[in-house]
Amino acid sequence: MTNGTNGPHGSHDSAAADWQEEEKELEQRSASAARLFDVRRVIGFLFVIYGLLVTLAGLFVSDEDLMKAQEININLWTGLAMLALGLFFLLWLRLSPTVPPPSAEERERRSAPRERPSHGE
Amino acid sequence: MPHQLAQDLRLPTNLLDYAILAIYFIVVLGVGFAARRSVKTSLDFFLSGRSLPAWVTGLAFVAANLGALEILGMAANGAQYGVYTVHWYWVGAIPAMVFLGLVMMPFYYGSRVRSVPEFLLHRFGPSSHLLSAILFSAASVLIAGVNLYALAIVLEALLGWPQWVSIVVSGVFVLLYITLGGLSSAIYNEVVQFFVILAGLIPLTIVGLKRVGGWSGLYDSLTGAKGDNFMTAWGGTGIGSDNPLGANWLTIVLGLGFALSFGYWTTNFAEVQRALSAKNLSAAKRTPLIAAFPKIFIPAIVVIPGLIALVIAPNIGQGDGLQYNDAIPLLMRDLLPNGVLGVAVTGLLAAFMAGMAANVSSFNTVFTHDIWRGYLVKDRPDEYYVVTARVVTAVGVVLGMGTAFIAATFSNIMNYLQTLFSFFNVPLFTVFIIGMFWKRMSPAAGFWGLLAGTVAAMINYFWFYKGGLIDIPSDQGANFVSAIIAFVVGAIVVLIVTPLTKPRPVEQLAGLVYGTRSPGLEELPEAGDEAWYRKPALLGWGAIILAALCYIPFSF
Repeated sequence: MTNGTNGPHGSHDSAAADWQEEEKELEQRSASAARLFDVRRVIGFLFVIYGLLVTLAGLFVSDEDLMKAQEININLWTGLAMLALGLFFLLWLRLSPTVPPPSAEERERRSAPRERPSHGE
Repeated sequence: MPHQLAQDLRLPTNLLDYAILAIYFIVVLGVGFAARRSVKTSLDFFLSGRSLPAWVTGLAFVAANLGALEILGMAANGAQYGVYTVHWYWVGAIPAMVFLGLVMMPFYYGSRVRSVPEFLLHRFGPSSHLLSAILFSAASVLIAGVNLYALAIVLEALLGWPQWVSIVVSGVFVLLYITLGGLSSAIYNEVVQFFVILAGLIPLTIVGLKRVGGWSGLYDSLTGAKGDNFMTAWGGTGIGSDNPLGANWLTIVLGLGFALSFGYWTTNFAEVQRALSAKNLSAAKRTPLIAAFPKIFIPAIVVIPGLIALVIAPNIGQGDGLQYNDAIPLLMRDLLPNGVLGVAVTGLLAAFMAGMAANVSSFNTVFTHDIWRGYLVKDRPDEYYVVTARVVTAVGVVLGMGTAFIAATFSNIMNYLQTLFSFFNVPLFTVFIIGMFWKRMSPAAGFWGLLAGTVAAMINYFWFYKGGLIDIPSDQGANFVSAIIAFVVGAIVVLIVTPLTKPRPVEQLAGLVYGTRSPGLEELPEAGDEAWYRKPALLGWGAIILAALCYIPFSF
């Protein structure tokens, strides 16, 4: 893509610069949209596990711990809140699942208008 | 910053706490392995293939800044300067983040550059590009080192881990998950880290407030001990009057609010990279705007613990005992029972990793894409640069470990970071903002503006201020003034050099300057982006109004 005389990342002479052409091509080849998992699942499971562990600690709270935390059963409340957050993310994922990436032909159709010359200027 | 925290900060951790910490490490690594299969091209590795939804990039944007240095440092500032610390958030971060989203993101994202230095390349050419890429790479490694060092000290005091164990374990985990999954695993882990950090700090603040008799108890004891201005945002900031921050309202607004914050938030690639990985322009614009809302409320769980620590240990920061940076560890030790304690320790570690991962993932992009591929080894197939980026990641982490000890000379971590940012980022912002709106501005003006601004800030800080030639009461105050000087000198040099040098041909500036567009890169709006709650203008102005409203209780 570089002709070597115009500095790095290609020449800047053409209207649609070479580097932008290359970026478009890489966006087509990119695998992230198709293969990357949904982070909501990770947050969901982690916080459900944390929530259960900390809630359990709150259920078996010692007087000493209660004293230390100014008579708030902070483990219980934090644990329940974390559990709720974890369940919220799992529910959100359930209700609005990962959008499958557009198929190759759909992408073609979507990117087609990009190819038309712009009339804006 | 102390070389060693007081020995008695050791936390009474038990098996449950360590189980929580171990689960976290497993998840972090699991994310790295799971993200690995999505890395096919260099675009996947550096920018997650520009595929992520706005809420993910937005939370990563705020988490990337919510490193352990930020948390401990801002709690330290709270204990040292009082409520003035909120200026870093409400007059500092929020307007700058909104400006980034609404004004600058169309240029960054719309031109399809992969990094902030690359924008300089297309707008101003190779000399300013190389200068900023090298400065950024050096700063990233340095800050990653500061992070590592700070973490090692904290973990030594809290858990009794030898410093080298903390450095190696944390460094290796960051190295592994970024090498495997690239930016995707950095961002995903940042989102997870964000919630773990909140889960640690919110209970800490709640229990802490109960300990000092609620907000009114906190307010009364600190007003009594430190005077009326300590618990106000603007009290005593009149020009010529004295306050703990050592800055007046003008240097706060212009230095911190404008020069320093706009410089940091709009040009720091460690942040901007998160927005560039968003799936479309609308999501990229919304990234810093979505981040602004949690950012408004972070003082509540960072600055307030700093204030609480000052009530519990009134001698903090005085003499040889507890340092200001010990504020949050102190509260963790005194107030949290096992369980939540484990979450808080994990949150602190997570915060450290978020900060370091942001530095490492932006460093590997700039070094590989801008320096290596731009000037050293050009024109290789895309796969070559993915491999290079992985090697560069490993090298960056190892260099970070090596620079860990530079941090030792400054007493307050934040001062150190702010000093660095004022030297690198402010003139960068100057050059960007003029270059984005003034077509005539020449490549030479870009380079000399950048250099002159950086040098001017350094001269002001190290020669005039440290040398005692001008009288500024505190390091923070000197930072604010240096930032203003960097901006003004940079702008003046740009204005002088531009008329004397050749501008860039207009056809090369498509999409890089206001009023032009990148041909062929217009995108169709995604379905659903018209929803009112996704309107960038509404989100942006909403954040600014909310931040302004937050000042009301602390202003009268």
